[in-house]
Amino acid sequence: MLTFTIRRLVLAIPTLLFISLVIFLLLELAPGDPMAQVPLTVPPEVKEKMREALGLGQPLHVRYWKWLVQFFWIEPKVLIDYAFNTSFSADDLRVISWQTRSPVMDTVAQRMPQTLWVVGTAYVVGILIAIPVGIYSAYRQYSWFDNAGTFVTMVGFSVPPFFSGVLVIVIFSVQLGWFPSIYDTTHRVTDWSSFLAQVNQMIMPVMVLALQITSQISRFMRASMLDNLNQDYVRTARAKGLRERSVILMHVLRNSMIPVVTVIALGIPAIFGGAIITEQVFKVNGIGQLLIIAIQANDLPMVQTLTFIFAVLIVLFNLIADVLYGILDPRIRYD
Amino acid sequence: MAFLIPVFAMTETPLEIESEVSTVEAEPDKPPRSQWVDIWQQLKAHKGAMVGTYLFAFITIGVFVGPFIWHIDPTYLPQGRDFIDLRDTRPIYTLIWDSQAKVSWAHPLGTDNLGRDALARLMSGGRVSIAVGLTAMVLSILLGTIIGVVAGFFRRMDGSLMRLTDLFLALPLLPLILVASLLFRDPLSNSFGTEGGIFILIVVLIGLTSWMQTARIVRGDVLALKEREFVLAARSVGTTPVQLIIRHLLPNTLSPIMVSATLGIATAIITESALSFLGFGFPPDFPTWGRLLNDSVDRMVLYPERVLWPGLMISLTVLSVNYLGDGLRDALDPRIRGR
Repeated sequence: MLTFTIRRLVLAIPTLLFISLVIFLLLELAPGDPMAQVPLTVPPEVKEKMREALGLGQPLHVRYWKWLVQFFWIEPKVLIDYAFNTSFSADDLRVISWQTRSPVMDTVAQRMPQTLWVVGTAYVVGILIAIPVGIYSAYRQYSWFDNAGTFVTMVGFSVPPFFSGVLVIVIFSVQLGWFPSIYDTTHRVTDWSSFLAQVNQMIMPVMVLALQITSQISRFMRASMLDNLNQDYVRTARAKGLRERSVILMHVLRNSMIPVVTVIALGIPAIFGGAIITEQVFKVNGIGQLLIIAIQANDLPMVQTLTFIFAVLIVLFNLIADVLYGILDPRIRYD
Repeated sequence: MAFLIPVFAMTETPLEIESEVSTVEAEPDKPPRSQWVDIWQQLKAHKGAMVGTYLFAFITIGVFVGPFIWHIDPTYLPQGRDFIDLRDTRPIYTLIWDSQAKVSWAHPLGTDNLGRDALARLMSGGRVSIAVGLTAMVLSILLGTIIGVVAGFFRRMDGSLMRLTDLFLALPLLPLILVASLLFRDPLSNSFGTEGGIFILIVVLIGLTSWMQTARIVRGDVLALKEREFVLAARSVGTTPVQLIIRHLLPNTLSPIMVSATLGIATAIITESALSFLGFGFPPDFPTWGRLLNDSVDRMVLYPERVLWPGLMISLTVLSVNYLGDGLRDALDPRIRGR
């Protein structure tokens, strides 16, 4: 298992390099000019100087190398400095955003908590709902609960978040006035009432995201339980006289969880991508909204860094899913 | 879809056997049933799939044939006094709870803030959305099938093509689609016209980013089929690889391809609407369901129907297609069929 993990880690490096190259080249083709906002009265030679100051004067491969160095070497050093109060990165040039002229990573670090709070909570809530629903629907296949559950998950699967989000805003914040329609990110939790306010404003975005997550995972859970319920070992367990409860929850559930756990791991990076739309609907200024703004403003370093962070997350969680699969299921041996 | 299939199934049965059967005295009461008849029976038994099929057919026909019945031009802008009279009419059903509402029987679903007819816009938006969904699905299935068959059939290509598939699966797709849709918008608009250019752009972007699952499934199927005796038999009578793929392998991989095709329509429609919703899709004067939804969000407090109708149409279309795909998967799975 260890050799497998190490081999996968080593293999992840060329994958990530290739993805970074794709992202870099795609963005280099972008027609947007960072000098477009500069007044026309500025003479061309001055513009050329400004361009060089932004690091645009050099040939493509030099810029790609510099970006890689900044991302993989300088930014981790900054992180270490921040964590241990050292000064490794004192005079290194970091990835600078063209919009704010401040390091990209600082902005990302500011936005991260909002995304993690909303998306993370939604993911946990979604899983907590999905697993019991999936178990019970499979156990009572074709019962009214199963039919209702299948229908609801199908709807959750089909209704896009930009409609369900708008719909809950119309119903719960416009008509009923229960929850605020805009997520206030400046809100600080200091005491009980401000905590309640935070929960209040999180309910709608979390529910919209959780509906999607629940529908995906509970479908998987149901299918996986159904696969296992007809197996011989279940009959054996029942024949031994085990209580139904322990047959389902100890024997079937543990075997059914194997594929579901990997699906949960694989879904984590996709949630960051999917949250772009939900964040836009509820005006949560998280990572997804940052990406949209950066694309619209032609802020290449920001877009490059963000897309690459997403790519790293995907590769990382693919790896985690594979390793988890091997750990959970002793029948699977990669080496 | 299932109507078209028996053509392929026929190629499997050699003609000689049929003539032999006719010479035998004891004829069976019923003609032998092809597997596609079985599948159709199974699909008919799946209530959700049938409702989905009819709903999707209804929406598609309504959207494409509707303009021949409902003649109002979706881009017509009333001028002068008409503009004030016609703009912001509510749907006709608003009368039920608000007798003072501004409604007009000429515009049963109301008009938007520029006086354009909502029903006509809904239909023209649906035409674009469904056309994008279908074309992008065809492109993605075509790509996925070709890559899957080539990877599965030619061992030399397998490694590199599957690495490519893995790489595409590891790309953050939505951000890249967003970036690319801004990037190639102007060059394509210049060469194919605004509408055609953006249509091509979005279809190609969705197609290029959604073929991976199909490729993987098809490759797996082809790998397994390649070892079967009928392929060996075909090879031994001198069938060329291309003939082998077209006549023997593709018809046998058809069921997973059909399932991913149906589900692909749903994904493509959602992606297109998401792009339009984020403002990266079609331009404002060229409505799609996602774009209509996006344009109406600012006024949804006063005019909730402008958000509801496009959103409902997207959701219903996707829901019906998903149900159809679900039923098709059950019907095509021989382990489930007949239960």
